[in-house]
Amino acid sequence: MRHTISVLVANEFGVLSRIAGLFSGRGFNIESLCVAETLDPKISRMTIVTTGDDSVLEQISKHLNKLISVIKVHDFTEEEHIERELALIKITANSENRAEILSIVDIFRAKVVDVSPRTYTVEITGDGEKIRAIVELMRPFGIKEIVRTGRIAMARSAKQK
Amino acid sequence: MKKTEKNGAEIFIECLLKEGVDTVFGFPGGAVLPIYDALYDAPLKHILVRHEQGAVHMADGYARANGRPGVVIVTSGPGATNTVTGIATAYMDSIPMVVFTGQVPTALIGNDAFQEADIVGITRPCTKHNYLVKDIKDLQRIIKEAFFIATTGRPGPVLVDMPKDVLTAKVEFDYPEKVELDSYQPTYKGHPGQIQKAVSLILASKRPVVYAGGGVVLSNASDDLRAVVEKLGIPTTTTLMGLGAFPGTHPLFMGMLGMHGTFSANMAVTNTDCLIAIGARFDDRVTGKIDEFAPYADIIHIDIDPTSISKNVKVDVPIVGDVKVVLKDMLKALPAQKAISAFKKETEEWLAQVDAWAKTHKLSYKQEEGGKIKPQMVIEKLYHATKGDAIITTEVGQNQMWAAQFFKYDKPRTFITSGGLGTMGFGFPAAIGAQLAFPGKTVVDIAGDGSIQMNIQELATAVQYKLPVKVFILNNMVLGMVRQWQEFFYNKRYSHTCMSVQPDFVKLAEAYGAVGLCARTPAEVEPVIKEALKVKDKPVLVDFKVDPFEDVYPMVPAGQPLNKMLLV
Repeated sequence: MRHTISVLVANEFGVLSRIAGLFSGRGFNIESLCVAETLDPKISRMTIVTTGDDSVLEQISKHLNKLISVIKVHDFTEEEHIERELALIKITANSENRAEILSIVDIFRAKVVDVSPRTYTVEITGDGEKIRAIVELMRPFGIKEIVRTGRIAMARSAKQK
Repeated sequence: MKKTEKNGAEIFIECLLKEGVDTVFGFPGGAVLPIYDALYDAPLKHILVRHEQGAVHMADGYARANGRPGVVIVTSGPGATNTVTGIATAYMDSIPMVVFTGQVPTALIGNDAFQEADIVGITRPCTKHNYLVKDIKDLQRIIKEAFFIATTGRPGPVLVDMPKDVLTAKVEFDYPEKVELDSYQPTYKGHPGQIQKAVSLILASKRPVVYAGGGVVLSNASDDLRAVVEKLGIPTTTTLMGLGAFPGTHPLFMGMLGMHGTFSANMAVTNTDCLIAIGARFDDRVTGKIDEFAPYADIIHIDIDPTSISKNVKVDVPIVGDVKVVLKDMLKALPAQKAISAFKKETEEWLAQVDAWAKTHKLSYKQEEGGKIKPQMVIEKLYHATKGDAIITTEVGQNQMWAAQFFKYDKPRTFITSGGLGTMGFGFPAAIGAQLAFPGKTVVDIAGDGSIQMNIQELATAVQYKLPVKVFILNNMVLGMVRQWQEFFYNKRYSHTCMSVQPDFVKLAEAYGAVGLCARTPAEVEPVIKEALKVKDKPVLVDFKVDPFEDVYPMVPAGQPLNKMLLV
């Protein structure tokens, strides 16, 4: 099963290598990994997407916690949360298909962020499903290049009763 | 008042003294020259080794023998990379140790400078934690943290890499009193509810077994283990790393379990209905075929490291905590004598069964008069000659298994072996470290002719410091354990296991200034052991010419369940 795990780590050099090394050394999967500083510049947040059964996930979480540089580990899988990815897609665009591309961009609430005589570059954010969907729709026009971030996630606030 | 400034090397020495370090193992080089200059008149005993791997194993042996962290100083590049096997050995067996490596000056890092190696990168997966000190201002905090991390929780090696310019930069010496590490807080106290659950489970069982590991030794919990076991009368086995954690001569002790464990221990574990694992980690050499390990048992597992729990075997009652603290709480949680008497009555039959297994299948070998020396006999004679009062270290292979089987360890920290990594060449330098920790004790390395040649250069170290370490080479002219596997599982195709060329060990010892002895016949064994034990001021190397075709029994073939043992 796919899990999204948030890991708070000390913002020091080598910490990414500790995490990546743990996953490779113990045969755990990383599907994607995002890292950036938090509000506290001494702490970074890593969002890791990984797969495995319950016992593998238990070990991943325990081993992450065991690293001295890791402050907190949180698995989002069991709770309400928001997930987002961002992709930049460079599409072959010509006078015949520009309108169609723009309508798809519109439907997905994406943005055209760069235009050249022969291309559109589209920025799209959303969950993995949405990004896959737009990629499939754009594919017939000819995708020249695609760059995707990993996934980030945040827990939803408790709803008022 | 402003304190006087000191350079990094002087601060390094001050920090070691504050940590109570009295002995360091090392080898100098360019990047650590500032430290060696500061060491010149420091009140620290520095043991000059002949190879950096030796230094790490010595620090390891020192730590295993007296429980205090071993300390190593080596230079950058090759000095640092030579420590890797030793660090990995200590990591696998959870030995507290701090390794200090020199590094090229910060400005040169990443430039492929002379004697540069990314030792922090190299040792990341085999240290509990490691550091590169980039700023002299961080040096004292990092050293404080390094010792704290190495010695607390599940212990382990920590490496501190120190660039040369950091060692010469100056700062005030102000050693921090406390460590502030939010992200590192080991759990020492077990959950009371879980402990209660464990006690109930034990008391409801009819065929309980205690399976104790190296964690009992590391936690100094032998007395507490004994108190619980004796109070309940539970048959007890230990892992290789746990030997000595429970008295080897105790009537409730079944011997070691696992691949070369005793018949009774392996049968008991296979048939138990309640397995109490204490400071052990269900290693594959212990469990055999994992699906058929303790198939009828509810498993209780006490360990300080949460990652050890339910890693290989699903556990019914996990208790995360320090073994000593948990055992003390467990003892308190035991019910009144009446309930215990009832429990003992229920387990009487089981104890009789375990006893019967022990009686029908003892560890044994056959020494023929006029035949070749049996290696097991050497160990037994050593046991009798020392009355068990010795620290035994081992190399890896058959010598290690015979030392585990035929010497009885009544006290913890008297059996020192590379259990997890299985490092050949470990035993001799480890014996030197143990001897330095206990100068007055008899320390014997049980070696093979293969293993001993992997760190034989440390004979010079032992001679230099007048250490009366004994090395008993069970010389069968082959890499015995590999040969045994080839005999059993590879159709007796003895591919590259025969070491037909070897030095004359007696002359070799003498060349180093040590004592060399040799025993060729069974009758010579006892007198030679006695002669070796008499030497008090230099190392002794004894070459026992043993039967090359002797095998280690019982043996559970890899991947087989524990009750499928090959017996003598």
